[in-house]
Amino acid sequence: MAERIGLNTVVLHSRPRISAFAAVGGAMEAGGLLNGKLARVFDDDTLGQDSWEKAEAILQQAAAESALYRARLSTKDVDLHFAGDLLGQCSASMFGSRGLGIPFAGLYGACSTMALSLASAAIAIESGAARTALAGTSSHFCAAEKQFRQPLEYGGQRPPTAQWTATAAGACLLQGGELQGDVLPPIITQICLGSVTDLGIKDAHNMGAAMAPAAANTIGAFLRDTQSIPGDYDLILTGDLGSVGSDLLRQLLLQDWGVDLSDRHNDCGLMLYSQEQPNEINAGASGCGCSAAVLCGDILPRIAAGELRRVLFIATGALLSSVSSLQGESIPAIAHAVLIESGT
Amino acid sequence: MKTTAEKYKTMVEQSSPNSPLLKNMAKAFVGGGTVCVLGELLAMLYARLGAGEELVRMLVPVTLIALTALLTAIGVYDKIARHAGAGTIVPITGFANAIASPAMEFQTEGRILGTGANIFRLAGPVLVYGGGAAVLYGIIYWLFAR
Repeated sequence: MAERIGLNTVVLHSRPRISAFAAVGGAMEAGGLLNGKLARVFDDDTLGQDSWEKAEAILQQAAAESALYRARLSTKDVDLHFAGDLLGQCSASMFGSRGLGIPFAGLYGACSTMALSLASAAIAIESGAARTALAGTSSHFCAAEKQFRQPLEYGGQRPPTAQWTATAAGACLLQGGELQGDVLPPIITQICLGSVTDLGIKDAHNMGAAMAPAAANTIGAFLRDTQSIPGDYDLILTGDLGSVGSDLLRQLLLQDWGVDLSDRHNDCGLMLYSQEQPNEINAGASGCGCSAAVLCGDILPRIAAGELRRVLFIATGALLSSVSSLQGESIPAIAHAVLIESGT
Repeated sequence: MKTTAEKYKTMVEQSSPNSPLLKNMAKAFVGGGTVCVLGELLAMLYARLGAGEELVRMLVPVTLIALTALLTAIGVYDKIARHAGAGTIVPITGFANAIASPAMEFQTEGRILGTGANIFRLAGPVLVYGGGAAVLYGIIYWLFAR
């Protein structure tokens, strides 16, 4: 049974395991850190579809199917599916799941969705509501630009604080019960859901700054509840703060919580693309698919291989609405943390 | 003590790199200048072909608009504008791109409610306030300078 410790953290005693995981992405995403690590690479950013929205739905479906394939399971074996994305009404998740026939719970946590869906699936497993659950998310550069910014072919300049939405998706298959076989998959041992945080940032081209306070609060609360220090973890991995947000996170944690992240911290937004890639990546990568693909394509395999043993994964989301920002509202943000450990 | 919104604002300003203003301005100067030179060359060409002054004044912007729409359609314009910035936004090329790009983007929602409803999504404010300013100027002119 799950146990609440401190104010915000939940310990999962049944050790839900991530028995399969898969990341998929576009050509640009396959060119950096995830070179050779993606289950499927889509060289054409339309994915053979006639709209960006449909293309993103295919991304999400491909990630879910790849995770199921790797687990040697069919959709009938999955009890619950948690997924979300950035598009209105989470449409990429809805259409991506349409053909799967798995009981579905749509989530909205902006770019924090990978951690939110993992946490939801882990709680479902822990409670016994599901024996097998799927968690996933996606983002598509062109679909996100169309919804939140300008048309793709519009000739504007992006400031240095802007980030590049990843065209990628990730999915994890979680299972409970007794482990069969001698492979030891990564397990989820603790989760910490964050609260909506807003320090008044209004610049939609500086999402890292909007999200850093939420990340700092969730990390601070988690370390306080678990009475641990950054040195107790091999990696403290934030979702998509980029260079500006990562810098602000370190400052906030030091000022507000007395926590020095030092060399334990890295950010998926800084990891996904390599600096030599041609596009205007500016402050780094972003989007639900950024942290999902880095986690499922690089981090989870390294945990499974025993290279990393304890990773605190904090996906961060800017809850930006194109309506509220026009009405002068600032950008609320959220961050959810999941502690993933090596199964040994 | 928790960081206040006010203090955080200062921290964000310090941590966020500024746009390279001098470099951007230099590139905008060259980009905008190139558009103007192109306009002059077109004017000279049309005049040599025998067009009168009135006709030249109409043909030059029409050519620039058509060229922009073509470059937008083949995905080249945004790559030029990424560097030229205001140099391509301020001339008529920017206006043409602001109409062509949403027209392309919203094709997937159909000709009427997609392209038709969204074509002035970016240029709409320019039309509304440009038209409004022209009316206001017209009234002032009619009242005082007739």
